[in-house]
Amino acid sequence: MSKLITRRGLVGAFAAGAGSLLAGCDRLGDDPTFRKGLLFRGDDWNRSLQRLLSNRDAPAREYRPDQMSPVFRTNGTRDPGTPDYAAHVASNFVDWRIPVDGLVNRPTAFSVAQLRSMPLRAQITRHDCVEGWSAIGKWTGPRLATLLDVAGVKDSARYIVFHCADRLGRARRPYYESIDMVDALHPQTILALALNDRALSVGHGAPVRLRVERQLGYKHAKYVQRIEAVASLDGIAGGKGGYWEDVADYDWYAGI
Amino acid sequence: MATSEPADMAAPPQARPSSLVKRHGLATRIWHWVNAVTILVMLGSGLMILNAHPHLYWGQYGANFDRPWFNVSSVFEGGRVPGWLTIPSQYNLALARRWHLTFALILGFGLLLFMVAALANGHARAFRMRLRELAPRALLHDIREHLAFRFHDPADPTAFNILQKLAYVVLIFVLLPLVILTGLTMSPAMDAAWPWLLDLFGGRQSARSIHFIAAMSIAGFILVHLLLVVAAGPINGIRSMITGWWRVPGETP
Repeated sequence: MSKLITRRGLVGAFAAGAGSLLAGCDRLGDDPTFRKGLLFRGDDWNRSLQRLLSNRDAPAREYRPDQMSPVFRTNGTRDPGTPDYAAHVASNFVDWRIPVDGLVNRPTAFSVAQLRSMPLRAQITRHDCVEGWSAIGKWTGPRLATLLDVAGVKDSARYIVFHCADRLGRARRPYYESIDMVDALHPQTILALALNDRALSVGHGAPVRLRVERQLGYKHAKYVQRIEAVASLDGIAGGKGGYWEDVADYDWYAGI
Repeated sequence: MATSEPADMAAPPQARPSSLVKRHGLATRIWHWVNAVTILVMLGSGLMILNAHPHLYWGQYGANFDRPWFNVSSVFEGGRVPGWLTIPSQYNLALARRWHLTFALILGFGLLLFMVAALANGHARAFRMRLRELAPRALLHDIREHLAFRFHDPADPTAFNILQKLAYVVLIFVLLPLVILTGLTMSPAMDAAWPWLLDLFGGRQSARSIHFIAAMSIAGFILVHLLLVVAAGPINGIRSMITGWWRVPGETP
C-alpha cells in the first residue's frame, strides 16, 4: 500500500464520499429529468407489480374484536370548521347529500339516511398511515359498488373521485382523492358511517368517509361530499388524482 | 452450467506473471456496486421515513396512544434522525418514499438475479461451510487471525475465511431477504395479496420493527466491511471489485 494513502485518509474519503452522495441525492431528488425518468416511475411499477401479484378481490386482513386498538387516533383534518360544515354538524347531517355523478347513466344524490338503509358491511381492519403507524378499528357502511350500481357507472369511467368538505393549507384547497375501478368495486371498499359501532365523529370524517382497505390512510377521503366517475384525472385540481399528490408529490398508488 | 464467467474462488486461481488472480466474477462486481448505491439510498430514505413517526412497536397495531419499544428521541435529541443521515436532508416524507420504494425494486430484484447468477456460475460454492470450520476452536483461530490483520490463508489466498463466509451468508440469505419481506409486510396491498406475511412477522408493526433492526444490522455490516477493506489493503480490494483482478498479498509485483 502506498505511503501517500493512509488508512485514516481512506476512512475520511469514504465518509466524505458517503456525505457527498447524500448531498447529491438532494440535488437529484429535485431534478425534473431524474424524477420523470426514475424516481417517480416507481409509483407505476409498484402498482403494476402488486396488481400482478394479487387477485382483484384479494381481501385485506380482518381482525378479531380483541385485536382492536384501544384508542383510534385521528389524523389529517380534525374538523373542516367551515360555516357550512358547522351547520351540518348542528343539524346532525340531515341535509347532507352525496351526489354520484360524472360518467354515470343516472346521476343520483344520496342522503345519510339512504346510505344507512342500504345493506351494510362491517369490517375490523387495519388503518395504515403513510407516516408508519397503524390502528385497528371496526368500520360499518354500504359498499361503494352499491352506490355506483344505482347510478349506473358507464364503461368509459376509469376512476372514482371523492370530493370532500375539508379545506387544507393556506390556499384552503378542497381535499379530494381518487381510486381506480379495481379498488372502487372491491368488496371491502365501503363508505363508512360508523367507527367502532358509533356514528363517525367529526375527527374521523363525519358523516361519511371512504375505506379503501388495501391502500394507505390518505386515500381514505373523509367528509365525502360528492362522488364523481371520470375517464381521466387530468382535469381535476392539479391533475395528479389527490390533494397530497398535487401539493406534495405523494404517490397516487398508495398500496405500499 | 457453462458460463463465460470464470467461477471465481471455486476454481483454482488463474495465476498471471505478476501474481494477479481473478477474484470476483462479473455478476458479483455489478451487484456489489449497484448495491453500494442502492443500500445507501435505502438507509438514508428509510431513516427519513422513520422521522415521520419516530416510534417503533410490536404487534399488529401501534400509534401515538400505544406503547412503543423504541423512540428515536432516545438516540437523537429532538426525536428526529438528523439531516446528514437522511435522504432528502430536509424533512420530506413524500420524496423519501419515492426514493425508498423505487430503489426497493432494484434491491429486491438485484438480490434475486444475484442468487440465480451465483448458483449458475458456481459462486455459491465459495460460501459452503464445513462443519469443522464452525468448531469453536476454528472460529477462535480465525478471530485471532483477524485481530492480527492476517485475513488470507497462504495456501489458498482467494478462499473466504469462515468469518467472511458467515458474514456474507447472514447478509445475503438472512438480512437482505428479511428487510425485503418485512418491507412488503408494511404494504397494505401486499398483506392482502400474501396474508402469510402478517403471520410470519406477527403483524405490521412488528414487521416495521424487524425491518428497522435488519436495516441497522446491514448498516453495521457495511461499517465493518469498510474497515476490513481498509485493513486488508484498500487499493487491491477496490481494484478487484472493479476489474476482478486481485494481487495475492505478500508478493511484490
